[in-house]
Amino acid sequence: MTQATVAQGAKDATPYFDDVIQKFVLAATFWGIVGFLAGDFIAWQLAFPALNLDLEWTSFGRVRPVHTSAVVFAFGGNVLFATSLYIVQRTSRASLWGGRALGNFIFWGYQLFIVMAASGYVMGITQGKEYAEPEWYTDLWLTVVWVAYLLTFVGTLYKRKEPHIYVANWFFLAMIITIAMLHIGNNLAVPIALFGGTWWKSYEIYSGVQDAMTQWWYGHNAVGFFLTAGFLGIMYYFVPKRAERPVYSYRLSIVHFWALIFLYIWAGPHHLHYTALPDWAQTLGMTFSVMLWMPSWGGMINGLMTLSGAWDKLRTDPVMRFLVTSVAFYGMSTFEGPMMSIKAVNSLSHYTDWGIGHVHSGSLGWVAFVSFGALYCLVPTLWKRKQLYSMRLVSYHFWISTVGIVLYITAMWISGVMQGLMWRAYDSMGFLQYSFVETVAAMHPYYIIRATGGVLFLTGGLIMAYNFYRTIKGDVRTEVPYETPVAAAARG
Amino acid sequence: MSILKHHAKLETNVLLLMVGILLTVIIGGIVEIVPLFTISETIENVQGVRPYSPLEQIGRDIYIREGCYVCHSQMIRPFRDEVERYGHYSLAAESMYDHPFQWGSKRIGPDLARVGGKYSNDWHVRHLTNPRDVVPESIMPGYSFLHRPLDIGDIVARIKTLRVVGVPYTEDDIANATADLQAQASNDANTDALLQRYPKASLGKKDRTSDQVTEMDALVAYLQVLGTMVDFTTMKPDAIR
Repeated sequence: MTQATVAQGAKDATPYFDDVIQKFVLAATFWGIVGFLAGDFIAWQLAFPALNLDLEWTSFGRVRPVHTSAVVFAFGGNVLFATSLYIVQRTSRASLWGGRALGNFIFWGYQLFIVMAASGYVMGITQGKEYAEPEWYTDLWLTVVWVAYLLTFVGTLYKRKEPHIYVANWFFLAMIITIAMLHIGNNLAVPIALFGGTWWKSYEIYSGVQDAMTQWWYGHNAVGFFLTAGFLGIMYYFVPKRAERPVYSYRLSIVHFWALIFLYIWAGPHHLHYTALPDWAQTLGMTFSVMLWMPSWGGMINGLMTLSGAWDKLRTDPVMRFLVTSVAFYGMSTFEGPMMSIKAVNSLSHYTDWGIGHVHSGSLGWVAFVSFGALYCLVPTLWKRKQLYSMRLVSYHFWISTVGIVLYITAMWISGVMQGLMWRAYDSMGFLQYSFVETVAAMHPYYIIRATGGVLFLTGGLIMAYNFYRTIKGDVRTEVPYETPVAAAARG
Repeated sequence: MSILKHHAKLETNVLLLMVGILLTVIIGGIVEIVPLFTISETIENVQGVRPYSPLEQIGRDIYIREGCYVCHSQMIRPFRDEVERYGHYSLAAESMYDHPFQWGSKRIGPDLARVGGKYSNDWHVRHLTNPRDVVPESIMPGYSFLHRPLDIGDIVARIKTLRVVGVPYTEDDIANATADLQAQASNDANTDALLQRYPKASLGKKDRTSDQVTEMDALVAYLQVLGTMVDFTTMKPDAIR
C-alpha cells in the first residue's frame, strides 16, 4: 500500500526518458555522502585542529567550500535535476525536449562542473565569494549547462499535452530563471590571463560595498531559489502524490508562489546588518525578510494540510514521515530566519554559530529530508521495482538523521548565543570580560556535539545508499510490515 | 477572488509565465543594488585609502586562495564591544579597492579589519606557521607551507587587470610593480619611491626562513596594512558624509 506511485509512468503512451533521471538519482546519492563526509570532517577540524594536517589541500579554508558546494550544488543540484525532469515529463505528459542526448549532456556537463569546482578549491582556485567560489572558467561552463537545462525544461513544458502547467513546474521554472540571473550578475569578472597572467585567476568587477550587496543578493537567493523554490517544487509534487490527496489549496499555491519569489529577492541585505552597507538598504532587507515569513508559512500550510485525511500514513509510511518532517523543518527555519533578520536580534546572532545552526536546520531538516523523501519515491519507480528493499531501514534512516539534526542545531544554538553574549560581556570594572580566544575555547564541547550529530546524519545517508543498492538489485527484505490503523483496530 | 481567475492565462502559456517570473524577481535587485553605484554618499569621502601595493595585493590573493574569509570577518560593526575589541568601526571607503570584498560572515576567529600593526611581523610568521605556538587555545590550521617562494611572474598582469575593474593604478605604478614588490620585501632597498606610491606600507623582510620573497612575506605585508590607511585620530564622522 505504500507503493501507490509505482509504475505510474509505464501506463502512459509517451515514453519518458527515465534513464537520464536514474543517473541523476545515483549522482545525488553519491554526492550527498561526499558532501556530508566533507562537512563532518571540517566539523571535527574545529574541535581538533590537528586534523587540518597542516597541508594546504586539507585545511579548513579550502575544504569548507568543498563541503558547501558538494551539499548545495552537487547533492541538491542533482536532486533538483532528477526531480524536476521527472516531474515535468509526467505533469506535461511529454518526453524531455531535446531527448536523451540533451539530457545526457546536462548530466555529464553538470558532473564535470562539480569536479571542476571542487578540484579547484582544494588546489586554491577560488573567487573568494561564499557559495560563488568557482573561478571564471567553471562559471562559464556552468552557464552553458544551465542554458541547456532551461531549454530542455521549457521545451518540455512547451510541448505538453496537459493544458495547464502544474504548480511544481512554476517553482522549478522560477528557480532556473532566477539562478541564471544571479549566477551571471554575481560572477562578472575579468581573467588576468587577458594581460598575460595565470590562466585561472580573475578579479571581480565589483568592489567593497557594491560587491557585498551583489554577493548577498546572490547568496541569499541561492538559498531562496536553489534551496527553497526548487525544493518547494518537489514538495508540491511528491507530498500530494505520496499522500494520495490533492494539494490543499490551489489559490494558496498561487499566492504562495508569486509572493515568495517577489519577496525573497529583497532579503539579501540582512546578511549585512550594521556593516558599511547604507542603512536604507539594511532596512529594506530587514523589512522584506520579515514579510517573507508569510508566504513561507503559506507554503508550509499548503504542504501540511495536503495531509488532511491521510495523517495515518505517518505511522505506516516512513517515506511520508521524511516528507512531512521536512515541511515542518521548513516552517521552523522560515520563522527563525525572519526573526534573525531583525536588526536587534542580528546584532547578537551575526558572525556566531547561531547562523550555522539556522542554515543547517533548513538544509538538513528541510532540503535534505524532502530530498530523501523524493529519492525514496523515485528509486523503486525508476528501476521498476515493486517496492523498496526495506521500509524498516527507511525508518532507521529517519530517526538516526533526526537525532543528528537535533544534536547539531541545539549545539549551535547554545554555542551561538553564548558566543554572542561573551563577545559583548563586560566585567564590573567596565572592561571586556573575555578575550576572543576564551570564547573559542568555550565552543569546544559544542563543536564535538555538532560533529557527532554530523556522524549520525552521514550514517543515515549510508543506510539510504545501501537501501537503494539492494532495491536496484531487486532484493526485498523480509520484515514485518507497518501496521495499518485497520489492522491495529482489528487486533484490538 | 477574480484576479486569481486570470492566473489561468499565465499557467497555460509558458512564455508568459517566464516573462512574469523574470519581471517579478528582477525588481528587488535593481532597487537595492543600482543606487549603491549612483548615490555618492554610499562611500565616505575619507583621506588615506589607497590601492594595495603589489606585495600587499598578492598577499591578499593568498588570503583569498586559502579561504581565510570563511573564519575571519573584515567588518567591525558600530557597537561598543566591537569598537573596543577591534578598533574604529569599518567604513565603506576602506574596502573600495577590494576586488572582491572580504567582509566575511562568520567569526570562528577574530575580525581582521584592523589587525594591521597590532602584532609584530615575527608574531604573524610564528602564528601562521603554527598558531598554537603563540595561542595555545587556537583552532586555526597551520600554514607552514607559506614559507615557499612567492610566484611574482604575473604581478603586472594582476595590477593591470585591477586597473580595468576600477582600481586607480597609474602607469608609474604598473611600470614599477615588480621593483616595488621586491623592495617592500627587502631589508636594504631604497623604499622612498615605494612609500610615495603606497604610504604606510609595511616594509622589510618578514619571513626569516628564506632569502627569497616567500608567500609568507606577502601575506604578512597584507595583514599589516589592514585597517591602517585611514587616520582616525583626525577623521570626523560628520565631515566625511
